[in-house]
Amino acid sequence: MKLDLLSSLYVFMLAAFIGFEVIRRVSPLLHTPLMSLTNALDAIAVVGAIILAGEHKTTLATILGTIAIVSATSNIVGGFIITDRMLKMFKSSGAKKA
Amino acid sequence: MSTGSTDLIIEIAYMIATALFILSLKWLSSPTTARRGVFAGEAGMLLAIAGTLLHRGIVDYKWIAIALVLGTVIGIPLGRVHMTAVPQRTALSHAFGALCVTLVGTAEFYLRAPDIPKFMMGVLSMEVILGSLTLTGSLMAAGKLQEVLPQRPITYKGQNFVNLSLLGIAIIIAVMLVMDPSRMYLYPLIVVIPLIFGVMMIIPIGGADMPTVISLLNSYAGLSAAAMGFVLDSKLLIVAGALDGASGFILSVNMSKAMNRSFTNVLFGAFGQEQTAVAGKEEAKPVRSATAEESAAILAAANKVVIVPGYGMAVSQAQHKVRELYDALSKRGVDVKFGIHPVAGRMPGHMNVLLAEADIPYDKLLDMDEINGDFQQTDVALIIGANDVTNPAARSDTSSPIYGMPILDVDKARTVMVIKRGMSAGFAGIENPLYYLDRTLMLFGDAKGFVGNIVRELTGGGH
Repeated sequence: MKLDLLSSLYVFMLAAFIGFEVIRRVSPLLHTPLMSLTNALDAIAVVGAIILAGEHKTTLATILGTIAIVSATSNIVGGFIITDRMLKMFKSSGAKKA
Repeated sequence: MSTGSTDLIIEIAYMIATALFILSLKWLSSPTTARRGVFAGEAGMLLAIAGTLLHRGIVDYKWIAIALVLGTVIGIPLGRVHMTAVPQRTALSHAFGALCVTLVGTAEFYLRAPDIPKFMMGVLSMEVILGSLTLTGSLMAAGKLQEVLPQRPITYKGQNFVNLSLLGIAIIIAVMLVMDPSRMYLYPLIVVIPLIFGVMMIIPIGGADMPTVISLLNSYAGLSAAAMGFVLDSKLLIVAGALDGASGFILSVNMSKAMNRSFTNVLFGAFGQEQTAVAGKEEAKPVRSATAEESAAILAAANKVVIVPGYGMAVSQAQHKVRELYDALSKRGVDVKFGIHPVAGRMPGHMNVLLAEADIPYDKLLDMDEINGDFQQTDVALIIGANDVTNPAARSDTSSPIYGMPILDVDKARTVMVIKRGMSAGFAGIENPLYYLDRTLMLFGDAKGFVGNIVRELTGGGH
């Protein structure tokens, strides 16, 4: 239990470092798509909600889990769609005009 | 298949998904690889969801299926909103993310209480406190951006004290729960109080502070998801939450630097209070104005033009007219670039998205640091709907509330043109001495209309 916790903290720390290094390099040009993409990725919380809704341990957990799936899924779907739409618009002057 | 190997498959799926998420953000660093990044993110997401569905604890798929379909049905229109609505859509999606996290945290609490280890209760409290305040805070922000709520900041005496006390009380209650999780009656308070705090936190926020606030809420949403990862012992969730948290944090720091606010000022949600507009000098100073015809002549004679867009361009939906202006000038051999301040608009990168939507090549969109050296060699700086980010008082006037804020040095250009409806002060209520310079021409009118008129003048002779 204690070790599990410690390894989780390790993962968090390493992920935070990777996050800082990777995201620092994202050009300010793409900060809006960055936000919508991280938002979609963040909706991975849906995995926790799916287990809650599927396990059927209590009615409360099933209801809360189901609503949580709806809200996370809408972020996944909406977030990826809009990020891709935005990125499609960014063209360099070298590119052929559409 | 034995349950052991299923568990292994799920864990491996999560691990690959984690790697794909990191790659996704890495590829986002450049516009040339960015779309691949979206693809990697989608692949990781599908893999993770598919893996989760194999989970042997799941006894019933009915509600999962209904919820996935319903979520998709809601998500598609949210992905198809107009580009000008992106800031409020983003705020809304932070609210959805926070709702998911808060609900899962609440369900986990009631499933496990009262036998919750101290550390677990600690992260669970963090999860629901951050989740709840992000939920209402983001809804408020979305409401203000969509203009269904009043955009004016509402302030009252002792506001910071009230807000910090609310947060303090929530934390004290969380600590009491950590000490003894059997005090289950306390749990609703660590949801409800932060919900109230979220509303109170956004009440004093005005439009120009939105980029910072949205970034901050983004960071909170990420941290709450990471906390949820601790509760569920899901490394995937911890990584995704940490990435989102880091991203929001970096953007918040960028935004607060670009507004010359200290980071503690941002962290405590105490935005934009100090300015009690120093509206002393009322004497009408002379300004020079110009017509569309005159401006077109000056622009056509220029070699280098830098266009500085601001929220005003977004409001009047002028980006497509700006694109026509860009085309007309480029055709005449004028070098046109765009200078974009980090806090221009209502969220980080807002102007870039609008201009990219209007088909302006992204290599013409330059960041404040990239463009500032160019203004000395620039013939015309054309400001469309931006104000405070061009105010030279930020450089020179120590008494100005925005003193120290990094600005676009438009006043170094040979001629400055400002498209503006009237002489009213900007968001911060601060006079802009730029407008009274000898080299400045005020172009009074609506951004879209005025740019359209200039374009007509420029192209009219060609027929």
